[in-house]
Amino acid sequence: MLKSTTALVLGLTLASGAMAATYDKGASDDEIKFGTIVPLSGPASAYGSTGTCIAAYFDMVNDKGGINGRKVSVSVQDDGYNPAKMLEQARRLVEREGVLFIAGNIGTPTNSAIHRYMNQRKVPHLFLTTGASKWDDPENYPWTMPYIPSYAAEGRIYAKYIKENMPDAKIGILYQNDDFGRDYMDAFIDQLGDESMVVSAVSYDTSAATVDSQMSTLKESGADVFFNVASPKFAAQAIRRAGEIGWDATQFLVSVSNAKSAVLEPAGLDHSTGIISTQYLKEPTNPAYAEDADVQAWQAFKAEYFPKASDGNWWDWSCYSTAYTIEHVLAQAGDELTRENLMKVASNLEGFEAPMLLPGITVNTAADDFAPIEAMSLMKFDGDNWALFGDVIAVD
Amino acid sequence: MTMESTDMTQALSAPRSRKVSLPFARLGYGAAALALLAATGVLEGYELFLASSILSYAIAAMGLNVLMGYNGQISLGHGAFFAIGAYAAAICIDRFAVPFALTPVIAGIVGMGAGWLIGKPALRLEGVYLALATFGLAIATPTVLRSDLFAEWTGGVQGLFLLINPAPEWAGLDLDQSIYLAVVGYFLLFAFLTLRLVRGLNGKAWIATRDNPIAARAMGFDVTRAKTRAFVFSVLACSVGGALQAVAVQFVAPDSFPFFLSISLFTAVVVGGLCSPLVGPLLGAVFIVMVPNVTEEIWQGGSWAVYGGVIIAIMAIQPRGLAGMLGWVKGKLTTHTNRKQQTGRNRPC
Repeated sequence: MLKSTTALVLGLTLASGAMAATYDKGASDDEIKFGTIVPLSGPASAYGSTGTCIAAYFDMVNDKGGINGRKVSVSVQDDGYNPAKMLEQARRLVEREGVLFIAGNIGTPTNSAIHRYMNQRKVPHLFLTTGASKWDDPENYPWTMPYIPSYAAEGRIYAKYIKENMPDAKIGILYQNDDFGRDYMDAFIDQLGDESMVVSAVSYDTSAATVDSQMSTLKESGADVFFNVASPKFAAQAIRRAGEIGWDATQFLVSVSNAKSAVLEPAGLDHSTGIISTQYLKEPTNPAYAEDADVQAWQAFKAEYFPKASDGNWWDWSCYSTAYTIEHVLAQAGDELTRENLMKVASNLEGFEAPMLLPGITVNTAADDFAPIEAMSLMKFDGDNWALFGDVIAVD
Repeated sequence: MTMESTDMTQALSAPRSRKVSLPFARLGYGAAALALLAATGVLEGYELFLASSILSYAIAAMGLNVLMGYNGQISLGHGAFFAIGAYAAAICIDRFAVPFALTPVIAGIVGMGAGWLIGKPALRLEGVYLALATFGLAIATPTVLRSDLFAEWTGGVQGLFLLINPAPEWAGLDLDQSIYLAVVGYFLLFAFLTLRLVRGLNGKAWIATRDNPIAARAMGFDVTRAKTRAFVFSVLACSVGGALQAVAVQFVAPDSFPFFLSISLFTAVVVGGLCSPLVGPLLGAVFIVMVPNVTEEIWQGGSWAVYGGVIIAIMAIQPRGLAGMLGWVKGKLTTHTNRKQQTGRNRPC
């Protein structure tokens, strides 16, 4: 008797749940509309392909029948990497185009400009490709969530490794004079716990032409470990310069700049041999993953929907992982396509296996933890490919 | 008498002939002002924000147009003053909780101070030399804003968030409406100032200085003072525009003021139409804010190629810009009365 009542109640609940689909602006019985804002022009336009990638991914989803019977339409906008333009585009998407949410944006200063706006409007601002640590702040900004591991988390991983394996290291640091650079630096030094290990730290500005003089300063400081906290162009210059002036230090290179084609090749593969970096993604060009199901799926996606993708740009396959996670959240939200429910689903991912993440790394979020990926693996460049070594290192 | 001075006497006597149509012009200005104010109730949210943005750029372009059009000096660096105004407003709000509608006044004073300091030595340079010197300023600005030196005030690379309170509740305005109304207020003020200046003695001094400084000096104009005044007015307008833009965006960061901003302002002035004191800057501002969005829809990823093409096309068709095109259309419609203006077409103003 009890059993059948329970079954009846359960059945009714399910039925009513299925009948009463609830929507916020941007969702309907046959469509889910969301936006993504990336620099298609301007100094950071190389990253603009993430927008194309996310749109292409949902073309594929739509071709397969959409999500729970709904087509997904993605509106990709250009911010030119200008914060003021970013706000204009976000307002256009939210207020004029009426998107359900915004996801997959790239860039720290630009997303900062809409951080408060999105939270005031209570519109989900999800899965950002920016490693600043400030995005993980559910208490004050419950509508904003990043995707990639934070720079701070990565900085700690290097510090952990250096402390354990090279306790007598004399460290020289080259860092970009902005949020990005300082997030790495502060966490790195904090984790070292011993500031005297850093014998020299020099900065450069993104408007600089070269970092040659900084590299000379670092070499003269007598450092035997080089921590390279530079964005791709400058990282390549620094590696090349270190080789040219014969500075023989163990090099650590931030993951933002560890693309082979964009950084190591211009820097010279011989200068790049032995560099240590971190990775949380599977690199499609690495022969170790030739048979990997994720990589094959990405290759198939690339061939059919995203031919512009470059095997060498990490953001061209990291976005695949982001888009997959967006799809997962939308699918889980079911017929309750409200902004609140999306945040509820997004902040309740447990051990979610997004594609392209290294084995052992999963997406984990909670109501008080808006940092989806917090584990990485160290790897060393062998002159031809990155080779992972050691275990996955997790930080909190 | 030389050619130039004949030109100049014409230029000097030109405003007199305009007086005839002044009542109609006044009516037109009044109607336009009312339309701008009425838009507060018609537009909402995003549109108001966009309109505030356009009008802020228009104020800056009005000032720059005085400098470049009327006084014939080229600046590629007024984005720097836009940034100074924006940061002055931001710091006022962030540190001293100044009501946002007053911040442009303070920004204007700060900007004018900076303009005077920079203008004094810079104005010894002319033409391309001044253009390059000001451009240097534009290149240096983001780096200075980013530096640790002033980070305590400017927020460094992080920038500053501005907490802006809407007008008091009895006014019944939301935040976007409050900001828009303030922007319209300053826009009308600058429209009035600009017209007064260019049609008054200052305008004559500027034009004379531009066309022939030696003759102007001989006629008793203080050339240096005229140039300095044009420069300071342009800086004032740019810093007020910057302050209003910062208020509209509610956030300032060094990346908001790349040197490209200076080029955008330059574009707004020239594409809008040199020497069209109001319509030119307004059309130019609409152009730099709206056209990139349109070109993006035409060719995503290659939008700047289209944007560049449009600029080239406008310059090829009508060097006097969008305002010049408007004038040409008007001339076609009213053939008779405008014949006199047609003859003066070869001069920029």
